[in-house]
Formats: sequence, C-alpha cells, structure tokens
Amino acid sequence: MKKMKKTKKTKKKDLSAIKKIDFGIEGFDVISEGGIPKGRTTLLSGTSGSGKTLFATEFLWQGYKKHNESGVFVTFEETPRDIIRNVKSLGWDLNGLIKKNKLAFVDASPSPYEKTEVGEYDFGALIARILYAIKKVKAKRVVVDSITALFPQYKDTGIIRRELFRITAALKKQGVTAVISSERLEEYGSIARFGVEEFVSDNVIVIRNVLDEERRRRTVEILKFRGTMHQKGEYPFTISSDGIKILPLSGMELIMKSSTKRISSGNKDIDRMTGGGFFRDSIILVSGPTGTGKTLMTTLFADGGCSRGEKCLLFAYEESKEQLVRNGTSWGVNLEKWIKKGLLKIVCRYPESMGPEDHLISIKKEMDEFKPNRLVIDSLSAMERVLTLRSFREFVISLSSYTKLKEIAGMFTSTTKTLLGGESITEAHISTLTDAIIILRYVEMHGEMRRGLTVIKLRGSWHEKEIREYSIDNDGMHVSEPFRGVESIMTGAARSVTQYEEEELSKLMK
Amino acid sequence: MTIKKKGKKVGRKYVLKLYVAGSTPNSVRAIKSLEKILSEEFKGMYELRIIDVIKNPQLAEQDKILATPMLSRVLPLPIRRLIGDLSDKEKVLIGLDLV
Repeated sequence: MKKMKKTKKTKKKDLSAIKKIDFGIEGFDVISEGGIPKGRTTLLSGTSGSGKTLFATEFLWQGYKKHNESGVFVTFEETPRDIIRNVKSLGWDLNGLIKKNKLAFVDASPSPYEKTEVGEYDFGALIARILYAIKKVKAKRVVVDSITALFPQYKDTGIIRRELFRITAALKKQGVTAVISSERLEEYGSIARFGVEEFVSDNVIVIRNVLDEERRRRTVEILKFRGTMHQKGEYPFTISSDGIKILPLSGMELIMKSSTKRISSGNKDIDRMTGGGFFRDSIILVSGPTGTGKTLMTTLFADGGCSRGEKCLLFAYEESKEQLVRNGTSWGVNLEKWIKKGLLKIVCRYPESMGPEDHLISIKKEMDEFKPNRLVIDSLSAMERVLTLRSFREFVISLSSYTKLKEIAGMFTSTTKTLLGGESITEAHISTLTDAIIILRYVEMHGEMRRGLTVIKLRGSWHEKEIREYSIDNDGMHVSEPFRGVESIMTGAARSVTQYEEEELSKLMK
Repeated sequence: MTIKKKGKKVGRKYVLKLYVAGSTPNSVRAIKSLEKILSEEFKGMYELRIIDVIKNPQLAEQDKILATPMLSRVLPLPIRRLIGDLSDKEKVLIGLDLV
C-alpha cells in the first residue's frame, strides 16, 4: 500500500513541466531559454581544445557564486590539482570552495600503477565515491569530465558502456543536475566518440572550435533539450579574463523602448535637416568614401554631446587618440577639454588586436563601466576588414542591439570603397538595423570635386530629402544649398539636367 | 628494506588489499578466488585486508579506486593492481608477480 502511494507520487512529479536552473555562464540563459534542465544529465560534447573542461568547471563555480550551490567534480582526464591551477587565472578559487565544503573532487584521473584485468568487474567503487562526494557536500551540481578518457584505459568497452549507464542512472536518482563531457573527433560529425551519447541522450550541447578563414571561432549549440524549448543554431562564445561569455546574437529580443527625445548631432545644419536632431536611442550610420568627413561627423557628434553634459565613448580603429584630438583642433573642437572633464573617453585599438567576440566584449565592458549617453565606432569598415562576413554581421547586430538596449545613441561610420557613388558591405548588413543613415559623397561637377550630403533615412521622423553641398573648414562643417541642375549624384555619375528638363519633370509631378 | 629481502622467498611478506563493492556476485567470487589462491600458495606469508567501498567510500577515494573488485599489492613495491573477479589463478599469480 505504502509502495503504491510512492509510485503514484513519483509519477506525478515526472509529469510536471521540466524546470531549469541557471547554468551560470553569461548568455547561456538566453540561448537555453532559462537554463539547463534541472535534475537531468546533459551531455557536453566537443573536440579536443574546444573548452569542455572550462565550460564544465564554470557550471560548478557559478553555481556556487550565483546560487550558493555545492558541486562535485568527477575528473577522468586531468588531476584535480591541474584543474584548480588552470582556473586560478580566471579568479576562481576552487581550493577555497573545497575548504568551505562546497566542492568535492572525485579523482578518477589515470593512475600510474600497472593494472591487469582478470575476469569480470564493474565501477562499483567509482559510483560509491561519487555518491559519497554528493552526500558530503550536499551537491546540487555534478560534472563528469570527460568520459571519453575512460575508454582507452580498459579493455572491455562493453563494460564501460554498461557502467556509464549505471552512473547516469545513479545521478538521476540523486536528483542532481549533471553535465557530462565527452570528446568528438570532428567539428561536424557524430556527436561523440564511442557512441556515449546513447547514455545521456536527453540533452546535448555541442561546443565547437572551428577554423574559419584562418581564424578560430568558438561556438556553442544546444542540439536538444528533451521536453523543453531552447534556441537553435550555433552561438559564438569567447573565453574572457573571468570566464566564458556567450553572445546570444539572434536570440536577443527586440524589446527596446523607443524614445521621442531628440539629441543634437553637434551641427545645427544637420539638426535642421533631420527635423531637430536624432532620437536619443537611435543608431546612426554615416557612410562615405575616404576624406569626406566621417571622422568630423563623429567628432561633432561627440562634442555636441559633451557640451550638453552628456558622456561620450569613442572607439577608434583607424586613428590614435592624439590624431583625433589634433584633428578636432583643426575643426575648432577641443576634445582634450572633454577628456579632462571625464565626459569623453577615447579607446583606440587595432582591429587585428583581437577576435570579434573579444572586441564586442571589450566594447560592452567599456559601455557598462563608463555609462555613456553616446557611442561612436569609427569605423565599422576597419572591423569589416579583419572579420569574416558572418562574424562581421554578428558583430554589428550584437553591437547595435546592445547599444539600443542601453538607450545609447550610437554613431557608426562606414567607408565606401569607391570615391564616387558605390556602397560597402557594411551598409548591406547594417542598414536595416540603423535608424538613421547619412550619406556623404564626392560630386564631380564642372571639373572639380565637391562634397554632397543627404539624409536617406530617419526612422519615425520627417527629414530633408535634398542632396546638399557642404564644406569643411577650421570651424567645422557647413552645409549649404542643395545641388540644382544635376542628377545621379549618388550613383557616382552626376550629370547636368537642363532647365527645360527640370520644368518638364516638375510639370509631371503636378 | 625491500631490496635486502629481494630474492629471499622465505620470510618475504605480501601486503594485499582487496576492494569490493558490497556483496555483488563479482565481489563474492573475487574474495573466494583470492582466499583459495593465498591458502594454497602463500600460507603465512601474506596480510590481506578486504575493504568494502560501499561502507568505506572515503578509503576508495583516498586510494583512487574506480573498478571493483580490485586487488592491490601494496608491498613489496612497486604497487601492482589487478581488477576483476580473479577467477583465473594463473593470471592472478602473473599479475601479482608472484611466480
């Protein structure tokens, strides 16, 4: 009778929806839609060097750090000493956790002793040790890293399979949430070596370290979470100075608020052309060939913010801080003053200095620390040069969504490849994400190079449609009259339109 | 100490540890097989300790035992380990370097 009651109860428990717990890695909650299935075992599969051990270790470390949960680390590959030492540089004090009885290692790393197999055996001792460790620290999280290392040590793979099945069953019975790592040989192939996915097939996470146009690209993909939702596809991640960070690009929701507050572009002519300035949380793209004044636009934008007491963060990928300050002086803008006041921060970096994920993380970090009202990236094209098409697109999407999320006005510049007309890949990827686009172009007229500017897009607002001529002098930028009597400026093939034609056209419009 | 005694079979002492996991068929078989071999070949020359890892998991942790049954020759050095139910006498003797 009592027994029946019990089965009924467990059945009821199983039927309830699967709960999830926070994995602890930044961005994982977004791609997993809430975390890793609670009380279940998840297989973490990846090639050698893909970051399995670190991923698994962070699961335990953050479990303690963020949720005060204890963990057990079963290691088949590295010794506990090595693991503790390896993560020390990330600021994770595993020794401290052991002392606090919040972490226990089960050291199953290969022993140096010679061993012979005589007859039947099982992993009874290992299971007993794991259960003992779970009990000792009252563990909620268990990591087993990596089961693949077991296979070469024993002759009978049949026994290993059977025993792994027993281990996962024992973990399930304990109600702990477990991450079991296993190795795979190819980035795109069977899930794991030795067919271990058969034992832990409910949930599978694959991490990759793919060589993409001579660059290493780390990604994480949730292959399946049985009975619960998750985002699909690969998401890039990076190993930063304090752990793993996943960049959940397309997983991000468009929940940004829209502001109706206008901010100045730093130039009164452009403010007028845009009907009073840009919106406070908009992304502005300035596109033009070299020498048309993109950096000037950003300088004015920064100056316009700082002079109103707003903070501005400027990332320069083409020029040094000194160059930018000197440039500013030649346009009558004193950037030095704003830097000293703490309103302006200029960060100069070579695009080649790090990978796209690291650039993104460093930009986000600066944004979180400096808390700017305005952000300038000069230029995106410099970034485009060093990234693959795919990672560049991800970079831009992630950057602009983060900027919007923080309600920061962002001005990004993009260099077009040809002097007259033309477009760059940047625009193709970013134009739909931006709220405003300003185009700067050279206009060849009557044997001289002149400059033209137009606002081609301004979401949610009226803006001037004319192409105006502008000039640059030691007092900044001056926008003058619209070009009259010429057409096809933007395509780079400007040609004069006669008075007669103009009249005819205007008649048609009536 | 052990070097001195090397080559002298008489008076040589074997310290053995047998780790078992409860009373599974493998464990029972291993204890039976080992006791038989020892009483036949090494009467009075050995010291055997049987450790049940279910009752004493901390000892299994300390000695880093994975598989059971596991026979460990602690002395003389070097340590030698045998895993399995020890059903093959010849293999046990070879494995323990007792022949």
